[in-house]
Amino acid sequence: MSEAVLRRLDELSSNQLSKRLAYMGSIFFLVFFILLPPVLGISLKIGLVGQVLQDAALLDRAKAAIFYSFAIAFGVATLDLVLALPMAWIIARGNSKWRNVMDALADIPFIIPTVALGFSTLLFWSGTGPLSLLGFSVQPGLPLILLLHFAFSYPVIVRVMVGELLAYNVIYETAAKTLGAKAFTIARTVTLPLLRPGLIAAFLLAFARSLSETGATVMVAGVFENGPVFIKNAKDAGLEGPMVLVSFTLIIFSVTVFALIRLLGPRLKLPLNRVLPGLEAKLSSRRTVNMRDGATLAIFALFVLAPSIYITFPALGALTDGTIQNALSGRGIWSEYWQAMALSYTIGAVATIINVVTGLPVAILIARKRLGKLATTVLDAAVNIPIVVPSVALGVSLSFFWRSFGFLPEFWIIVFAHTTITYTYFVQAMAASIEGIPEEMEETARTLGSRPLMVFRRIIVPLTKYSIFSGAILTFTRSVDETGATTAVSQSLKTAPVLLVSWVKHVVPATTSDIALGIAFLVLTSFASLLALRLVVYRRSK
Amino acid sequence: MPSISVRNLTKRFRSLKAVDDVSFEVRDGEYLCVLGSTGSGKTTLLRLISGIIQPTEGEILFGGVDVSNIPTEERNAVYVPQTYALFPHLTVLKNVAYGPLSKEVPRPEAEESALKVLRMVRLDARADAYPNELSGGMQQRVALARGLASGSNTLLLDEPLGALDIRLRLELRTELRRLAKESGLTVIHVTHDQEEAMTIGDRILVLRHGKLQQHSTPFHVYNRPGNIFVANFVGNSNFLEGIVENREVIGSVIRLRENLRVNVADVSFEPEEPVVVAVREEKLSISPRARDDKENRFSGEVEAIHFLGEWTRYTVRLVNGDQVAARVPIGSPVKAVAVGDWVSVSFNPVHTHVYESPTIGLQRELEVY
Repeated sequence: MSEAVLRRLDELSSNQLSKRLAYMGSIFFLVFFILLPPVLGISLKIGLVGQVLQDAALLDRAKAAIFYSFAIAFGVATLDLVLALPMAWIIARGNSKWRNVMDALADIPFIIPTVALGFSTLLFWSGTGPLSLLGFSVQPGLPLILLLHFAFSYPVIVRVMVGELLAYNVIYETAAKTLGAKAFTIARTVTLPLLRPGLIAAFLLAFARSLSETGATVMVAGVFENGPVFIKNAKDAGLEGPMVLVSFTLIIFSVTVFALIRLLGPRLKLPLNRVLPGLEAKLSSRRTVNMRDGATLAIFALFVLAPSIYITFPALGALTDGTIQNALSGRGIWSEYWQAMALSYTIGAVATIINVVTGLPVAILIARKRLGKLATTVLDAAVNIPIVVPSVALGVSLSFFWRSFGFLPEFWIIVFAHTTITYTYFVQAMAASIEGIPEEMEETARTLGSRPLMVFRRIIVPLTKYSIFSGAILTFTRSVDETGATTAVSQSLKTAPVLLVSWVKHVVPATTSDIALGIAFLVLTSFASLLALRLVVYRRSK
Repeated sequence: MPSISVRNLTKRFRSLKAVDDVSFEVRDGEYLCVLGSTGSGKTTLLRLISGIIQPTEGEILFGGVDVSNIPTEERNAVYVPQTYALFPHLTVLKNVAYGPLSKEVPRPEAEESALKVLRMVRLDARADAYPNELSGGMQQRVALARGLASGSNTLLLDEPLGALDIRLRLELRTELRRLAKESGLTVIHVTHDQEEAMTIGDRILVLRHGKLQQHSTPFHVYNRPGNIFVANFVGNSNFLEGIVENREVIGSVIRLRENLRVNVADVSFEPEEPVVVAVREEKLSISPRARDDKENRFSGEVEAIHFLGEWTRYTVRLVNGDQVAARVPIGSPVKAVAVGDWVSVSFNPVHTHVYESPTIGLQRELEVY
């Protein structure tokens, strides 16, 4: 951008009116492109619910699917919180030289696309998986969904709680220790109560991830249905009424449940004050701690890590059985695959650019509380709505809304859906990062003669560039990985994850090697793009 | 014409008045120290002047011009917060050149003037260092240099020495004043440290709960405190409650508890008015023989003795139950006095200040926070 244009923009930024217009524009986008479409979309078709209410069997199926969605999410998030917390403790507080390795391994189910995780889990627990040698297997259905959701929600808890534990001031623990409390007592009565906001946040994220997941769940569900699987099946069968009913209920229930947990969670009181010296001394003993750590690592290895990386074996097999040649030459089903990959990446890039441009001002408004305390709280909550609502339900609603504009090409409908789904990730990552920069720094820069846009360019951007890139990368990978909403929105266009789900469900005749290789390409290209972006950032920063 | 005029300035945060109807003027090239305790409104006042926040009422004038509608970046008043707010991603040189660059001075010129100012603060050798590679004192000097290099004629310093250790603080405060005076800057320096304010300020402005208490030279603020709060907050004073017994041409007589009488030089109160007599601790003399045969000489029992380095502080309970403290320089000819001894305490009527008895009670009036 030329110097003259920059100077003019800098000058404009000192003008109250233009500043307000920039902020209002971003809020307008948030309201009219992110928040209203899901609400209006479902409202347009609410009349179709009548079809389901007259069909008792269909209604029972819908009710059961909704119930199982929440039951699975609640059960898995609770179990994850209990079993992943010790892992976070080992990583944040342990003395082992392997803890960095464990930290990286714990992230694997988080960074690989959920369709890859779904297929890997399916193979690992199936009759042909490694455990079948011991005569053990888990068939598609509710138990396999539980195992899958446990695995992909686990790193969410670890990630959040490691951050919380590292940021936590250990002086409170030291004080408790000098007062004679044992390690277990300190954790129960001091550390965990102080980390309660983090625990609630971790639980909510795990809960949301389970509630929202579609692509991988479809792969391992068999004939079982939770909400997202029901919606997918209803869509495939062309039943709009049941889709509307379940989507509407999931949206309303999930927003309500999240609001309740947010409101009531901080008031939750556990009997934490009582100290049981004898029992807690035993639980704090070296032997018990070693046993706990051993069990934690065993659970992690068997239920999280192994099912997540098992796909590597069939993917390696695909290198020797001729599949790789078919893939690279684009023969047969592979031609559609490469088109789907190109589409996934194009949509990811466009959605990311839109989110960066429109999300940054909103992130500043939240971080700097420019609208006052109450309005900021409302804005913050509104920004979170897209991740609270199950993505497939959101997709159904967005599909109805955007398709009502007959002229809009399908590509843009998918882009808008992805923009909505990923909006929260970028805005929240940026808001947290900007919040970390003392406001005094901006104020001082302005008293030195810098105009607001100049302060943004010269102070905020350099100090948050890694967060901007990380936020953009998170948005981009989340978009490339997205299955639920895309399944609901797409008609003729197929993104890579949607295509891969159809391969697994045998809509298209694909072999295990084809699927494993297709997923491997998705994972590898994701990693490669991340790496490329990292290199760009690194080179620029140098 | 004054450099900065503040007129009836008020800033409300919901029901709290952080700054309450404050008016004062700062002359061109003056070094003004704003003195107050935590929550007195000092920082809010600086932020209002810099334009970071807007006043609820009142106006601020720079060189006679109302700056209400002038944005922060055009006010030419550099704000230096207590944390210095050095930009962590920029070197010392680039931090200092930031101001001129913001005002579109070409980079070579901006860096040249930055280097010149860095030489003034003796940090030119660290021009390529990053802020986190500097000590607290160096960071403070960089923050100051950044303000000086910006070309602004006003510096707004918020507790600039607050984060430094005592030795460095003493060293840097004279340097601060020297640099400001050499550069002809108008400075508003906020502090809670009365000694710092006395040493650096041309004038001192005392704030309490957002209200201006006194605005005068350090000499006047110390020797003629405008009210009981200032007498207590600046320096150490004794406060004796009583009633004016009679008023004469050269002074008045105040009746304390148990009919103890104090002569004061003040003649501004009518007989029977309740008043408070203040006298600085160092203006009290102490002698080992308990006598009350002279004007303003009272006997009392020593309750505590504290050694304070250059001073010894004696706490004495007078016969009427009032407690006073006397600071006696080390080396003064006071014979050995121990706790429990009876002594006499005396002071000159000209060293007293008399104030109207506060309606909220003396103790509440003396509260610093």
